[in-house]
Amino acid sequence: MTQTNTIRVLVAKPGLDGHDRGAKVIARALRDAGMEVIYTGLRQTPEQIVEAAIQEDVDAIGLSILSGAHNFLFPKVVELLKKEGADDILVIGGGVIPDEDIPGLKEAGIAEIFTPGTPTSRIVEFIKENVKH
Amino acid sequence: MYDKDYIEKINEKKKDWEETTVKKVTSKYPERYEKFYTNSNQEVDRLYTESDIQDLDYLEDLGFPGQYPYTRGVQPTMYRGRLWTMRQYAGFGNAEESNKRYKYLLSQGQTGLSVAFDLPTQIGYDSDQPLSQGEVGKVGVAIDSLKDMELLFNGIPLDKVSTSMTINAPASVLLAMYIAVAEKQGVSPEKLSGTIQNDILKEYVARGTYIFPPQPSMRLITNIFEFCSANLPRWNTISISGYHIREAGATAIQEVAFTLANGIAYVEAAINAGLDVDEFAPRLSFFFNAHNDLLEEVAKFRAARRLWARIMKERFKAKKPKSLMLRFHTQTGGSTLTAQQPDNNIVRVTLQALAAVLGGTQSLHTNSRDEALALPSEDSVRIALRTQQIIAHESGVAETIDPLAGSYYVESLTNSIEQKAREYIEKIDQLGGSPKAIEKGYIQQEIQDSAYRYQMDIESGRRIVVGVNKFQIEEEPPKGLLKVDPEVGRKQEEQLKELKSSRDNLAVQEALKELEAKAKTDENVMPAVIKCVKCYATLGEICDTLRGVFGEYKASVII
Repeated sequence: MTQTNTIRVLVAKPGLDGHDRGAKVIARALRDAGMEVIYTGLRQTPEQIVEAAIQEDVDAIGLSILSGAHNFLFPKVVELLKKEGADDILVIGGGVIPDEDIPGLKEAGIAEIFTPGTPTSRIVEFIKENVKH
Repeated sequence: MYDKDYIEKINEKKKDWEETTVKKVTSKYPERYEKFYTNSNQEVDRLYTESDIQDLDYLEDLGFPGQYPYTRGVQPTMYRGRLWTMRQYAGFGNAEESNKRYKYLLSQGQTGLSVAFDLPTQIGYDSDQPLSQGEVGKVGVAIDSLKDMELLFNGIPLDKVSTSMTINAPASVLLAMYIAVAEKQGVSPEKLSGTIQNDILKEYVARGTYIFPPQPSMRLITNIFEFCSANLPRWNTISISGYHIREAGATAIQEVAFTLANGIAYVEAAINAGLDVDEFAPRLSFFFNAHNDLLEEVAKFRAARRLWARIMKERFKAKKPKSLMLRFHTQTGGSTLTAQQPDNNIVRVTLQALAAVLGGTQSLHTNSRDEALALPSEDSVRIALRTQQIIAHESGVAETIDPLAGSYYVESLTNSIEQKAREYIEKIDQLGGSPKAIEKGYIQQEIQDSAYRYQMDIESGRRIVVGVNKFQIEEEPPKGLLKVDPEVGRKQEEQLKELKSSRDNLAVQEALKELEAKAKTDENVMPAVIKCVKCYATLGEICDTLRGVFGEYKASVII
């Protein structure tokens, strides 16, 4: 597969939590790695995130959450993408997420979960290898 | 101040030492790095001498504890009189569960309460609102109405404990509930002591739980200042917070600068609202972070204290000693905790707590080892509290005041942090003050640049984080993490339904209408908020009423 266009990524903060240091650092790292990055800002509903993803025609969505609401909000994003026929968009997630929650999230369609301490370079690589372009 | 000739001599001798003794060694064994830096990227010299603090004037710049400029501490006897308040931030699930945790902490020797509210509460939504889904009870306790607050403090005499509440945008509502619970216990408002965070400016730049736009938010804050100075003389009306600014990525210098710049904005707002500076300034309090760079952190606390005293005296002409004192709470740095080898976090927290104590904190929260993974378990919280108790009773550092004063390095860092923070504040003044600088995205951008640089330093290996980019091991997933009952949301919803069918709804409607009317004038809204709370109007109803009048803040996205 040849990559003709730049990879477009939506970095999104679902739920009510205001901790977006990680989301912003990753947004910048992805941009420095040559991707086009759109950051939603705080307090986005799954509906708003999916709408933005489709409108911006992104290849991947990076969801960040630190409040513990991931089990509810992450699967909802994937579900809505499916409903809109946009489930070719790669969805990854990160934040304070206990190991035991990860298998369930993957089963729900989140491609990978990145927990604290992950180098941004690993996230860049993962996106490059896994987006359907 | 030191003798000029003598300093000259020291400089000569030092140069001599570097060219002979040091060079002999470094020619064979070079130092680990070419240059060394503090955690906040200040360059660190090989050796500090009197020469580095030659302009320091003991009486002008350090003085004595309990005296201007308070560099050495705000209390005359510091911890020899009374130890700092050990105050663990806690709350999760529903009010009953959190009440149990508070009673446990008090039984273990904790000396003050600190309430963590869940995100819907912090943003003024009831548990049954759609945006609350998945968030109820997660990062703190869910409070929908006075009913929950009564359960939260059940069996805890509010005239005996001091309570800190991390609540900002809806601070007036939670304070009103606290006053109402106390009244039911037979405790009058003037006996209450504690703190509400009530610091909206840092919510816009770092923490994110804003509701209303800046102007009405500042008005709510000054309403609280005014109300408390008349009715709750022992209440800290605001906790001007650098903690979250630091967590968002700021350096120690930026933490001091942006926090004090916000402090200046609150003082100006209150003065503009017609309050006398010496009426409200004694009840201003601060909240700082403690990261791993022990000596830089100690210097940071000392610099902040000195700088604030000077600002209050020179800029605002405050006269009461209490108006000049920077009293602060410290929490150890959440973002320094690692998910890898979590027990290592106990050591990090010890260093950070030590920095806070050596820096003269008035109260302290020590983080638990498992907080990069989940909310802390009871065992982890106990270790965190024990860490403070060991520092207090075994380390010896509490027996004399400001023991690091006079250290060439610490005094030099204290000077440079004060100086660089001052430069930032001047820049913010030029932008029109902190609210304007926030609106322009200046402060956010500065913090984000620091955060990004820090992350890149870790990835390049320039900065070592033990267990993360060096000394890693294969490990089993940790066990015994705290899980919040997923049913909390549903239970809160049921209770809300019950509440709304059993309370006097006519009284609620009237109280809300009165609040709406008051909010539209420039009168103080606190009495109307208290009235709403007492007839069991919910937090969401009260905040919605205010949203109707004030509108909502829309953040601009900056990356």
